[in-house]
Amino acid sequence: MVNYIIRRIGYALILLVLVSFVSFAIIELPPGDYLTQKIEQLRARGDRSAEQQVERLRKRYGLDKPFLERYVNWATNFLRGDFGESFEYERPVSEILGARLGYTVILAIATTVFTWALAIPLGVYSAVKQYSLGDQIISVISFIGLGMPGFLLALIVLYFAVILFNMEVVGLFSPEYERAPWSLGKVLDLLNHLWLPALISAITGIGGLVRIMRGNLLDTLGQPFVEAARARGLKNRTVIWKHAVRIAINPLITILGSDVFPSIVVGSSLVAIVLNLPTIGPVFVDSLRKLDMYLAGTCIVFLTFMLLVGNLVADLLLAWVDPRIRLD
Amino acid sequence: MAVAAAPAVPAKRKELSQSYWSLVWYRFKKNKLGVLGGIVLIVLYISFALIPEFLAPYALENRSQFVEAPPTAIQLFDEQGRFQAPFVYGLERRVDVAKRLRTWVPDTDRKYPVRLFVQGDEYQLLGLIPMNIHLFGIDADPREARIFLLGADALGRDYLTRILYGGRLSLLIGLIGQFLTIVLGMTLGVISGYYGGPVDMFVQRFTEFLAAFPNIPLFMALSAAIPNYWSPIAVYFMLTIILAFLGWGGLARQVRGLVLSLREREYALAAKSFGASDLRIMFRHLLPGTTSHVIVIATLSIPGMILAETALSWLGLGLRPPLTSWGTLLQDAATIRAIRFTPWLLWVVPPILITIFAYNMLGDGLRDAMDPYSGRG
Repeated sequence: MVNYIIRRIGYALILLVLVSFVSFAIIELPPGDYLTQKIEQLRARGDRSAEQQVERLRKRYGLDKPFLERYVNWATNFLRGDFGESFEYERPVSEILGARLGYTVILAIATTVFTWALAIPLGVYSAVKQYSLGDQIISVISFIGLGMPGFLLALIVLYFAVILFNMEVVGLFSPEYERAPWSLGKVLDLLNHLWLPALISAITGIGGLVRIMRGNLLDTLGQPFVEAARARGLKNRTVIWKHAVRIAINPLITILGSDVFPSIVVGSSLVAIVLNLPTIGPVFVDSLRKLDMYLAGTCIVFLTFMLLVGNLVADLLLAWVDPRIRLD
Repeated sequence: MAVAAAPAVPAKRKELSQSYWSLVWYRFKKNKLGVLGGIVLIVLYISFALIPEFLAPYALENRSQFVEAPPTAIQLFDEQGRFQAPFVYGLERRVDVAKRLRTWVPDTDRKYPVRLFVQGDEYQLLGLIPMNIHLFGIDADPREARIFLLGADALGRDYLTRILYGGRLSLLIGLIGQFLTIVLGMTLGVISGYYGGPVDMFVQRFTEFLAAFPNIPLFMALSAAIPNYWSPIAVYFMLTIILAFLGWGGLARQVRGLVLSLREREYALAAKSFGASDLRIMFRHLLPGTTSHVIVIATLSIPGMILAETALSWLGLGLRPPLTSWGTLLQDAATIRAIRFTPWLLWVVPPILITIFAYNMLGDGLRDAMDPYSGRG
């Protein structure tokens, strides 16, 4: 088990290096860099010393060095916790992303919890009461949810919130807590703002998982061991939750790690852009547009890192839930 | 006896020897949702991709003084409550001092009848036939009054027109992109499955790498890398290629898996023993066996491509004005200011959602119809 974890972490590290290198190269692709944009801006403003200023900045950011050297520099500094400097904000990347990283993780976890907490009961109900009215309603809703992209749903919710209820649903904090130090009130305020974006980001995942849960449980309920459990006179509740669901849930854990969690991470960053949440999604898009490469590179590495951790956790969870699986 | 039974046999034969595809069609027809999805898609593609010029009342870039005019209501009754043929009121500028807003209000003194097949802006139907007939419009000088069924944007352009034209790029990017994906994915998949070895290694590792990458951030980074001095058409094709490039991996994997089993079947071995070339075996014998799977996968992944284009253009990383797609329209619609003051710009969302649901329903129907193990009907 320990061996397995070490090996997985090793793979993950190799992949991270590859991903960071490829994304660095892609961001490098377009002709010109941030500073060529800057020169044009300064010139447009009629700044005479534009060239000199930019030359100085070019030295400072190391943009005069060849590509490979720059990547190696950035990557080695990365390991020391120095993610480079953002051109746009002229501040260290770690300072800009700092708090945002935390909120990104919180939003992703909250979304995962919502997905799980809603999809499993709905899927179980739908399977146990197959073809009932409730099952049909759940099926239709999950079908719609499956195709519903989170950012469009966020837009629709925003529309109704603004037009019908005249409510502001943007941001993660009320204005009075925005700059306040952490306190119980601030945490409650965060939770009060968090549930809606988390629910919106969860919709697509819920739609998919409900359908899979229903199908799996229907298959499991037809198996002899379920019948045997019923024959032993166990309560219906026990048969379903302790015997059938425990088996039917296993594939869902794998799917959670490989499909659902990645789409949550990515989907919630799009939702965050619509709802203007302080996560890394909005900063990432902005940095790509402005060719702010250290900032963009750090965002991609961080998103990939989250995916890999999610994957690993799902695999370990599966091994823990299903004793038939041996990891070595 | 054989002679006596003979007349009955041909009739029965006919029933038995239905081809795979006619069975698929038979099963598909029973799936009401799937058929509905297909019909909706046909209507969408005809109206948005083929003849938006005819359906739209104005030309795409036809600006007017009616900046941010709200949707025009079609009236059936005049002020006295008498029934009339459909007409619209003219628009009048009104300044709301309290809210510091300039708005448009109906001017009940001016009435313009709504007509079908009116003459208006010149265009070429299907890019060939010069015409100036539009499905509907009003009988008025366009400088004086206009009909905006879904309102007007910040340059006074008819928003319905823009949604209709925008659909063309958005809907076609899904089809063209998926076509490229299929060509790439099937070719590499069949080669990788048939030969194995280094090609197989490459395809396998590459798809694993793509799968490990968070895909939307990768899309974003790649499309942000499209130089901004490229012509809009070049940007459009580059974006299509990027979408296809990142999508072929999954398809190639599926095709490879199928080919691995198909190449051991008797008919493939027979072809080989007859001395057929590798190319012939791969593309003539093995590939057709994967068609049904490929069609299902392709149908279910087109909406993802359309959405990717929409999301990227919305973020300002994909298509850019002057190209008009649903994504670029969303750029103007998806701000708090727009939602508060020009909420009708959100009318671009329903067509996107309808397209996605229609594709999902069609894909689901096709999957059920083509699954040989379903045992139904």
